[in-house]
Amino acid sequence: MKTWLDAWPVYRQLTGTDPLGRGKAARSKATDATVSRTATADKVVKSVCPYCAVGCAQNVYVKDEAIVQIEGDPDSPINRGRLCPKGSASKQLVTSPSRVTTVKYRRPYATDWEDLDLDTAMEMIADRVLEARNKGWQDEDGGERVNRTMGIASLGGATLDNEENYLMKKLYSALGAIQIENQARI
Amino acid sequence: MPGLGASFGRGGATNFLEDLANSDCIVIEGSNMAECHPVGFQWVTEAKARGAKVIHIDPRFTRTSAIADLHVPLRIGTDIAFLGGLIRYVLDNELYFADYVTAYTNAAALVGEEFVDAEDLDGLFSGFDPANNVYDETSWQYEFEEAPESGADDPAEAAEQERSEQDPAVKKSDRAQAAGSGGPPIPAKPKRDETLQHPRSVFQILKRHFDRYTPEMVSEVCGIEPEVFEQVAAWVTSNSGRDRTTAWVYSVGWTQHSVGAQYIRTCSILQTLLGNIGRPGGGILALRGHASIQGSTDVPTLFNLLPGYLPMPHAHQHHDLEEYVADAAGKAGFWGNKPAYMTSLLKAWWGEAATAENDYAFDYLPRINGDHSSYRTITDMIKGKVSGYFLVGENPTVGHPNSRMNRFGLANLDWLVVRDLQMIESATFWKEGPEIETGEMSPETIGTEVFFVPAATHVEKEGTFTQTQRVLQWRHKAVEPPNDARSDLWFFFHLGRILRDRLKDSTDPRDRPLLDLTWDYPVEGETADPSADAVLREINGFGPDGELLNSYMQMRDDGSTSGGCWIYTGVYADGVNQAARRKPAKEQGAVASEWGWAWPLNRRMLYNRASADPDGKPWSERKKYVWWDEDAGEWTGLDVPDFEKTKRPDYVPPDGARAQDALAGNDPFVMQGDGKAWLFAPAGVVDGPLPTHYEPAESVVENGLYKQQANPTLEIIEGPWNRANPSRSDVFPFAVTTYRLTEHHTAGGMSRTLPYLAELQPEFFVEVSPELAELRGLTHNDYATLVSARTAVEAKVLVTERVRPIRLRDGTVVHQIGMPYHWSYTGISTGDAANDLLGIVMDPNTHIQESKVSTCDIRPGRRPRGPELLEFVEAYRRRAGVDSGRVGVNGRDPVDVAAGEGSAL
Repeated sequence: MKTWLDAWPVYRQLTGTDPLGRGKAARSKATDATVSRTATADKVVKSVCPYCAVGCAQNVYVKDEAIVQIEGDPDSPINRGRLCPKGSASKQLVTSPSRVTTVKYRRPYATDWEDLDLDTAMEMIADRVLEARNKGWQDEDGGERVNRTMGIASLGGATLDNEENYLMKKLYSALGAIQIENQARI
Repeated sequence: MPGLGASFGRGGATNFLEDLANSDCIVIEGSNMAECHPVGFQWVTEAKARGAKVIHIDPRFTRTSAIADLHVPLRIGTDIAFLGGLIRYVLDNELYFADYVTAYTNAAALVGEEFVDAEDLDGLFSGFDPANNVYDETSWQYEFEEAPESGADDPAEAAEQERSEQDPAVKKSDRAQAAGSGGPPIPAKPKRDETLQHPRSVFQILKRHFDRYTPEMVSEVCGIEPEVFEQVAAWVTSNSGRDRTTAWVYSVGWTQHSVGAQYIRTCSILQTLLGNIGRPGGGILALRGHASIQGSTDVPTLFNLLPGYLPMPHAHQHHDLEEYVADAAGKAGFWGNKPAYMTSLLKAWWGEAATAENDYAFDYLPRINGDHSSYRTITDMIKGKVSGYFLVGENPTVGHPNSRMNRFGLANLDWLVVRDLQMIESATFWKEGPEIETGEMSPETIGTEVFFVPAATHVEKEGTFTQTQRVLQWRHKAVEPPNDARSDLWFFFHLGRILRDRLKDSTDPRDRPLLDLTWDYPVEGETADPSADAVLREINGFGPDGELLNSYMQMRDDGSTSGGCWIYTGVYADGVNQAARRKPAKEQGAVASEWGWAWPLNRRMLYNRASADPDGKPWSERKKYVWWDEDAGEWTGLDVPDFEKTKRPDYVPPDGARAQDALAGNDPFVMQGDGKAWLFAPAGVVDGPLPTHYEPAESVVENGLYKQQANPTLEIIEGPWNRANPSRSDVFPFAVTTYRLTEHHTAGGMSRTLPYLAELQPEFFVEVSPELAELRGLTHNDYATLVSARTAVEAKVLVTERVRPIRLRDGTVVHQIGMPYHWSYTGISTGDAANDLLGIVMDPNTHIQESKVSTCDIRPGRRPRGPELLEFVEAYRRRAGVDSGRVGVNGRDPVDVAAGEGSAL
């Protein structure tokens, strides 16, 4: 028969089998009810840390279509389950309160941002790409055929996927844009 | 990475992180590995636990030094002198691995009579063109055993290509980087003297070149005691040879110098002499800084490269496909298959529209004809020559040197698209940048239209990263990105789709490349997300019957095969996404060949044929890795052999053999035209066939070895926004170096915005020695202001013995300051941007800036605010005799603005 006294850890410590209070006596109902987020996740998705180039494998824990935890993958021969402070914090990359997830637009000479629909933004960007391409077009330079535009430039980060870099280089080249650069230059 | 490319044939780390555990000695130099690659560092710790010596060579005492057996605090910017000293020590004491050097390197090759060494011209090699500050490399060539180009399909055309390679315009376009996978082309194989005694043999030239790099000279230039040098030399040489191996680890502490490529060349020469390349526990491990920085050069978004290190066609040099491939066609080494790689790329991009009749659409490619790299483009932006700019996960107004100049560039665009997770400084410069406060910019004068289009995180999209040891790892998608956030794959696929739709009725030939482009990737889900898997398949390539290729050896130059990046062919071998393999480490051997996929062809250690002797037997039982199995008639071992599997060790190429058939059974460096590691680089490095010590562009010390103070070919960008500090100036008397912290990531967009990380490293600080603190009256935990000819920044002072003043033999004391560069004005943790302080001078091979060393002044207290800051810095410039740094509206030239030019208003 449980009494109110049993809910008191000191009482359990003095009367039970855990005189040092480092095990059973210290447990509360709240402790018993606590389950790690990794245990209750709906699924574990295999990923790779996006920070430095070591390429630590990550296990991404998902519950109700949201990321609840990211940990090192112990199967990886490279990181053997370990992550550094950045990799350990990578869940916050996804859930950061300051993350911006809608399109923002600043008109020339404006002093603040406006909201803009994504599809509209894509169409506006396409307009500007074609205009800039024509404005900077060169058939020749210094008497030699170059077939290119100097109106458009691009700078990518080195957290781009290979597939993304590939499509970028392919599209830019077909447009004639050559000033295409990456953090890899740095 | 031309340093590695020109030495060994490929610009990638030769070994892999886990293999460091097999090292007997590990030298970490130009890298703070424990801080910047902490999880990779476990393999250094593992080696140390097994008894290996760990040496850290770095101006600062860091988390890496704390674990090392020896910390060598050399003066910033003197690594070539230090490594050159080790080379001399090895040669002088005959401690090189003689059998390895004779068989596997170009030590025996003869160099032509015209070559004159920098030792004889006070710091310049033969062929210097002072008008253009470039070298004509013709005099650095080998003496050939046959007429040059006689092996080529079209000798005259190939010779013409070699000649045009020396044209200054071609030089400026960064051809050296094309040695990323395939060494620089050479016209023919050299004459050799196997005794190494001929005075013009590479071996003898090397001996003469490094003869003055004595321990005393090293001590004087680097500021370290001769005993420390001797200790390093003893540990490295006693842990190299038949039975033992030493590994060298570097990162941007080497590349970000005006002689960066030559730092890596010096290490390559040393490691080759010691016989440490292609062997377990040896090698040179280049630690790249970002998740896919290796991938971003393999599949480049770089102006001078096409995928797989094929060069971008040059207007002056490559009028058609035949000219483009002439320098390689028919010659020795795997570069001999360049026509097949290039034709397959053109077929991947333009499919049916690429035919033999139209040169496989080679003319659809735009041409380069100079330096179109990032910093030049920024200059062009300020001058109003560039209309639109895409920033895709990059924050140059914090992360790039002279961030201030970058902001001026952005302020002069017509439009800017920023794709990122957070509202980074590069998207808000027009209303919050530091120049708003100084009055140099205001929103009302900035005409740049800005689109912030939110990006997806790494768990909200699928695709591959290529990490530091060339391993591709596939990420699965965990969740959908929120709201308008999309992957960059989505953004560029749909932008391309819209553009093609707009132009579909166009008859302008200019639009053909876009309209004929293969762009029909399957899409999925509500947002019509394109399939990254389909893109990876295209990169891998297809055979004549539409089957996925297993190897680039299957590629043909007749248009029957396709493949978007030949070095990645095999990532989809057997129709399986090999990059998605995740066989647990415990269920496979130490090489872990079934975890992800490494280019080329899943070879984890490059040049591993060199782990066996010329006869194909392991050099020793302890260091066995790949060897020849006579009974099976093939190469076997712990890794995939980086060699043709059934080519016998005693194979001698018959006369007239081409491509890989022209390489012998004991030529392990299969991407080189002569199959050898290059101690002397007759081509491929634009600032010299051998490394030479130069002082940094901004130095407080006179070059002790040559009259030539700095790299004669270094690249400078001139303008009021990029003033240089004069060398050896009393006004800017201190050396400063920049670096990263574990808890932050480059420009901070992915770390200063995260509560956990911002709390761990909450503010911008600088490290100074107690001596410097006393000299300048700096107080620990108070503010200090650092000043250069660019601007001034303020930071908290950290007084620590981790940085120490260097006392040179002539009594000069060099004070060095350490400065992490992660901060700027947005995010949870904010501060001034260290990169505002730096100017832009570049390595001529790579166009990489010298951000690891420059000069400055430091004084106690906070910096002036507003317009007073401008006058404060201008006064420094006047005192130092530097031209004015005053700029017009939004950074434009004051003269142009006065004349009404360049004004958008």
